[in-house]
Amino acid sequence: MKILVPIKQVPDTATQVKIGADPKGIDTTGITWIVSPYDEYAVEEALRIKEKRGQGEVVAVTLGSERAKEALRSCLAMGADRALHLSDPAWENADTLTVARALAAVIKQEAPQLVLFGRQAIDDDMGAMPAQVAELLGWPCASWIMEETISDDGKSVRAGRQVEGALDIFNIPLPCVLSAQKGLNEPRYPTLKGIMGAKKKEIKDVKAADLGLAADGAQLLVVALEALPPRPPGRVIPGEPAEAVKELVRSLREDAKAI
Amino acid sequence: MDFAFTEQQEMIKKEVAALARSFSLDYWLEKDRKAEYPVEFIEAFKKNGWLGIVIPEEYGGSGLGVTEASILLHEICAAGAGTSGASPIHFYVFPPMPLIKHASEALKRRYLPRIAAGDIIMSFGVTEPNAGTDTSRIQTRAEKKERRWVINGRKVWNTNAQHATKILLLARTTPREQVAQKPFKGMTLFFADFDRSRITVREIEKLGRAAVDSNEIFIDNLEVPEEDVVGQVGEGFYHLLDSLNPERILTGIEAVGIGKAALERAVQYAKERVVFDRPIGKNQAIAHPLAQAWAKVETAELMCWKAAWLFDHGRPCGAEANTAKLMAAEAGFEACDVALQTFGGYGYAKEFYVERLWREIRLYKIAPVSQQMALNYLSEHVLGLPKSY
Repeated sequence: MKILVPIKQVPDTATQVKIGADPKGIDTTGITWIVSPYDEYAVEEALRIKEKRGQGEVVAVTLGSERAKEALRSCLAMGADRALHLSDPAWENADTLTVARALAAVIKQEAPQLVLFGRQAIDDDMGAMPAQVAELLGWPCASWIMEETISDDGKSVRAGRQVEGALDIFNIPLPCVLSAQKGLNEPRYPTLKGIMGAKKKEIKDVKAADLGLAADGAQLLVVALEALPPRPPGRVIPGEPAEAVKELVRSLREDAKAI
Repeated sequence: MDFAFTEQQEMIKKEVAALARSFSLDYWLEKDRKAEYPVEFIEAFKKNGWLGIVIPEEYGGSGLGVTEASILLHEICAAGAGTSGASPIHFYVFPPMPLIKHASEALKRRYLPRIAAGDIIMSFGVTEPNAGTDTSRIQTRAEKKERRWVINGRKVWNTNAQHATKILLLARTTPREQVAQKPFKGMTLFFADFDRSRITVREIEKLGRAAVDSNEIFIDNLEVPEEDVVGQVGEGFYHLLDSLNPERILTGIEAVGIGKAALERAVQYAKERVVFDRPIGKNQAIAHPLAQAWAKVETAELMCWKAAWLFDHGRPCGAEANTAKLMAAEAGFEACDVALQTFGGYGYAKEFYVERLWREIRLYKIAPVSQQMALNYLSEHVLGLPKSY
């Protein structure tokens, strides 16, 4: 079974994000880049499916700058078999729809039985990709899955997606798109041999023309990023507890209108 | 001149950091408090193949160099694991080196794959209570009885001896008097089973690194088959030399990592801790010592990478390896001390973590070679001054 895992390179979760000199983007100085954590669940799940079935291929794919190759290399070190790097000036200011079109085109070429996304990238938190790609392909899609089992004949998948206090269980014919929620698995750390093997695996460069795509202007443009206003300081209510509680309740009701 | 790591080295750095940081500072605090061997930590590194980092590929390892091993240990220390985390791991790096370079093919085939897989816990038996740094005066002796060697004697500062399954042991096979012209001849290296019916182990309580045991051992008629001699009989000391420079480089980079871990916490604290209505880091009396310590740690780190590069390129590196260890131990200690001072009273409390690093870093001024002996090396071998002892 061939499984394709689209991933995104994002700033490390511990990064203190600062707005850049050009307010359309962030200041990337000194940032450590990682594979978006939800995408790691997707890679891990794909590897587990392959291992469980005893055969198959896991292909990692990303659209991004030259630096994004590092993220693909990390997926190869985890155990993905090969990678595709979509990189082209045509995608420089791509919005989600442009990226989804590129991914859908590469998925048509690769013809995997399953596409596994992370539920969203942790940088812009758009979470649009799984549904957009599924729509463009005309494939069924289940988002935020917490568990999955592929049928023995490889024709369908039983997926449980997270809903408030319960799991929504679907039987979905393959091919389909799934997106991973935290809790689906515990991603592995690459082994040293995995890291050493990663440099021998293929990362294929893919241009827009290879997918038969022309540059289409982004429909969604970032105008500017704005930092959140600083949080107002907290207020300490002094006095005896009984009196202070009264004041607290009054303040919550009248000033904050929270109760 | 290229100071950049290769893409693979960058990846090793990143992945080791991620794995090492998955063990919290509380994990290490607990291990230190309970004097418990960090089994889970070693298991995680074993499972992901890190223990075989320098074992050649044909024996099941990854065949990488001292540079990569240094990256591994640096990240472990910088993650806050300190020497509690680094010591058990570095025992898979430099003690196997004489085996890799000098052991018979049969011995290598038998043991290197098991070391690479982490199935052997090694102890290292060189230092003795009555010899110290003057290794030629060791009193542990091995006598040949038919096809076996019978070893008797004492060793001290044996790390891992509580759990070890094998020991790389140096013993006299020719009395010193008979090789008086060349006192470093006549010693032989054995890769022996840690036979607890013949070896008695006494743990030494110490200032830091309670999680990883240090011991004195008493060897009483330990029998070793002749095929378990490493390299040539009588040449053991010279075989051992191959692991001494890597050991100095690796411990140097560990001290650098520990210094960075302490500074990381102290800098964070200096930014957050408000006294007299401002963060304490605004005071130059706090900021400058931190900046100074940072600069010294960075400088020492450079020497570690240079020494590692020289070693991996087969060039002489004695001067650099000794300098790396000397300067890293100083810089690491200063960093931990400044960090502790930055925390004020809280620095003395275990729950702020720097206290453990402060106790652990002190070791690096003593081991694997004292600062004074490193200076002796530089005086004699680099500056050409007359030997003082």
